[in-house]
Amino acid sequence: MAVKAQSRLDARRLRADFPIFEQQIHGKPLAYLDSAVTSQKPRQVLDAMHTFYETSYANVHRGVYTLSERATAEFEQAREKVAGFINAPSAREIVFTRQATEALNLIAYAWGLNNLGPGDLAVVTELEHHSNFVPWQYIAKRAGAELRMIRVTDDGELDLDGLDEIGRDGAVKVVATNLVSNALGTINPVEKLVEWAHARGAIMVVDAAQAAPHHPVDVQALGCDFLALSAHKMCGPTGVGALWGRRELLEAMEPFNLGGHMISKVRFEETTWGEVPQKFEAGTMPIAEAVGLGAAIDYLNGIGVEAVEAHEQELAAVALERLGDVPGVLLYGPPADRRAGIVSFNVEGIHPHDVSQVLDSEGVAIRAGHHCCQPLMTRLGVAATNRASFYLYTVPEEIDRLVDGIRKAQKILG
Amino acid sequence: MAAEDLYREVILDHYKNPRGHGVIENADAQAEGVNPLCGDEVSIFVQFADDGETVEDVKFSGRGCAISQASTSMLMEMVKGRTAHEIAELPKEELLGEVGIPLTPIRLKCALLGLGVLKVALHRAKGTPLPEEWAGLDELELS
Repeated sequence: MAVKAQSRLDARRLRADFPIFEQQIHGKPLAYLDSAVTSQKPRQVLDAMHTFYETSYANVHRGVYTLSERATAEFEQAREKVAGFINAPSAREIVFTRQATEALNLIAYAWGLNNLGPGDLAVVTELEHHSNFVPWQYIAKRAGAELRMIRVTDDGELDLDGLDEIGRDGAVKVVATNLVSNALGTINPVEKLVEWAHARGAIMVVDAAQAAPHHPVDVQALGCDFLALSAHKMCGPTGVGALWGRRELLEAMEPFNLGGHMISKVRFEETTWGEVPQKFEAGTMPIAEAVGLGAAIDYLNGIGVEAVEAHEQELAAVALERLGDVPGVLLYGPPADRRAGIVSFNVEGIHPHDVSQVLDSEGVAIRAGHHCCQPLMTRLGVAATNRASFYLYTVPEEIDRLVDGIRKAQKILG
Repeated sequence: MAAEDLYREVILDHYKNPRGHGVIENADAQAEGVNPLCGDEVSIFVQFADDGETVEDVKFSGRGCAISQASTSMLMEMVKGRTAHEIAELPKEELLGEVGIPLTPIRLKCALLGLGVLKVALHRAKGTPLPEEWAGLDELELS
């Protein structure tokens, strides 16, 4: 077997692709340590969208004129790029959505409402973002089914020992998990959950919003049935995401949004639906944004997602070590080798808002709050945490500045 | 803005030594509120004087950032001795003037959480008018 060369990325060089770093915040260089919530955008993506608007913009799948054909070709090319990026068997299984949240809602409504009922279980994890928790909680209730939660250990990793007990509570119909936790960075053992779900005849839904930007995603290797991602977390624009689903599931599903383009025939008495994926793409889609997502995928492929992941794990290891040396800093989540580039922490006696406010005055941007993961915060026994998250443009000096800022917050507020 | 300008001495003093921190058992008026952005929680307890109108004692408990804790502490000093109707009409600018630091929209929510919860408590106990902006707090049911 050939050994795959692990190319290293040069974060300092890549930073030059991101115009946002040309400015200062409070007179200091911007240290953007909040990429888990949304990533910054490279010039290549901004230019691709700009060029598309200036040269190829029209609505897609509508006109027979040249411009519309050109726009359609670019839009469909973006779909091919998404399919390639996650190793989907066919681009026809890629549905464009507004973001991962809409993709997950689409599954919960269009699949869940018709496949869940009394005695059935929808199983989520304690690590879920609200976007993969609330839709299942809501739809399970509406369908008369029940919600169950896979608990996490004190280290923020899924406790798979509890699975069999959950399985005895009813007919497991759907298991929904993220691949990477946005709050703690935990990389979840999706393959094991797929095996468990499929052994019970359940479908497996994977929220890859936090994984896709940082961790190679292969839907065929994972063996899941649905997978959702958002462009804005992976160097792409806001307003577009994608859902991958197995063809036979997508074809059997009811539509989600209704309107133009998703139809086959509309008569007063009845309407029939279009083919997959058009069946799920009602109305004018985020066309330029999809083109931007395609450009983001080209950009990431040019660097190599494996190299991004290796870079972030190095940074996470440095951050965990440096932060661990600061008295009063409490770290959450698994060891560096089992997490993505996300570090959640609290500073004893200082509220996360105050920590991040002091850091902002130093030009360091981190997130403070519950990270849309209130069930997890409850489990950890905290109202909120600080979260520093890294990406391909993060350099080690920014972690030094994070640590210095925390010491300053301790000096002011401690 | 430099952090030192935001965390002025008076803010830090109220944060580290909050006035009126605690619980009043069998309070005449009481409410809880949460800031959904950060999960901060504030509970406020009011005890009226014999006239049933004047705030004789007021206390707060909960957890939150320095801005929310300090501003709620300042609020406790500000409202003691005033009537329920006076407090219902208390403009938020009066409290913000006391807090005395420039606040971004997000931090404004921190600074005003306590005032909102107090207005809800009085609204529930005395039927005092509740401005539209605090109506959301009244609908919250906390466990």
